[in-house]
Amino acid sequence: MTALTKSEMAERLFEELGLNKREAKEIVELFFEEIRACLENNEQVKLSGFGNFDLRDKSQRPGRNPKTGEEIPISARRVVTFRPGQKLKARVEAYAGTEPQ
Amino acid sequence: MAANRLVRAWGPMTKSELIEAISARQSQLSTKDVELAVKTILEHMSESLACGGRIEIRGFGSFSLHYREPRRGRNPKTGDTVQLAGKHVPHFKPGKELRERVNLGLQGGL
Repeated sequence: MTALTKSEMAERLFEELGLNKREAKEIVELFFEEIRACLENNEQVKLSGFGNFDLRDKSQRPGRNPKTGEEIPISARRVVTFRPGQKLKARVEAYAGTEPQ
Repeated sequence: MAANRLVRAWGPMTKSELIEAISARQSQLSTKDVELAVKTILEHMSESLACGGRIEIRGFGSFSLHYREPRRGRNPKTGDTVQLAGKHVPHFKPGKELRERVNLGLQGGL
């Protein structure tokens, strides 16, 4: 199965909702851009039924260059984590396939 | 972006606020149409994951399924051991642009 991308999402908006192709493409683009902008402003995004995009601040920690073994600190950073909602978890859990994604 | 974000209350952005924010940034569609579009996008994504598919959005990230091996669990109420079946869980890996922008937010002191 090929991966779902923005163009298939736009195609569905065209087919199911009758948006024209330009509008459909723009809405899909805005959907992801608004979520990014929000996270960039350090605000969590909660999409009920799907999941939450949370932010975590990580402090500096020791690391290593895996090639040379040299010790280098991993700088403090903010990362995005996704916590799937109950509904999505239940739907995905039911997937019986075991082939690698 | 700044314009519609300013009128929003501080705190997590919900689905309805996301719909409002998208509406404010485009002029052709009604809020009702944007709402339908957002719900259709989320349903498309959920459906794809429920069928074992991946989602790849450049600059945002990718969603895939991770497999959890069957394991012995415990009923926290009774303490009984129960066998739990293997299952799939959704996983998100942020893309480069999202990682960088979120981290710049940190450097910017937000």
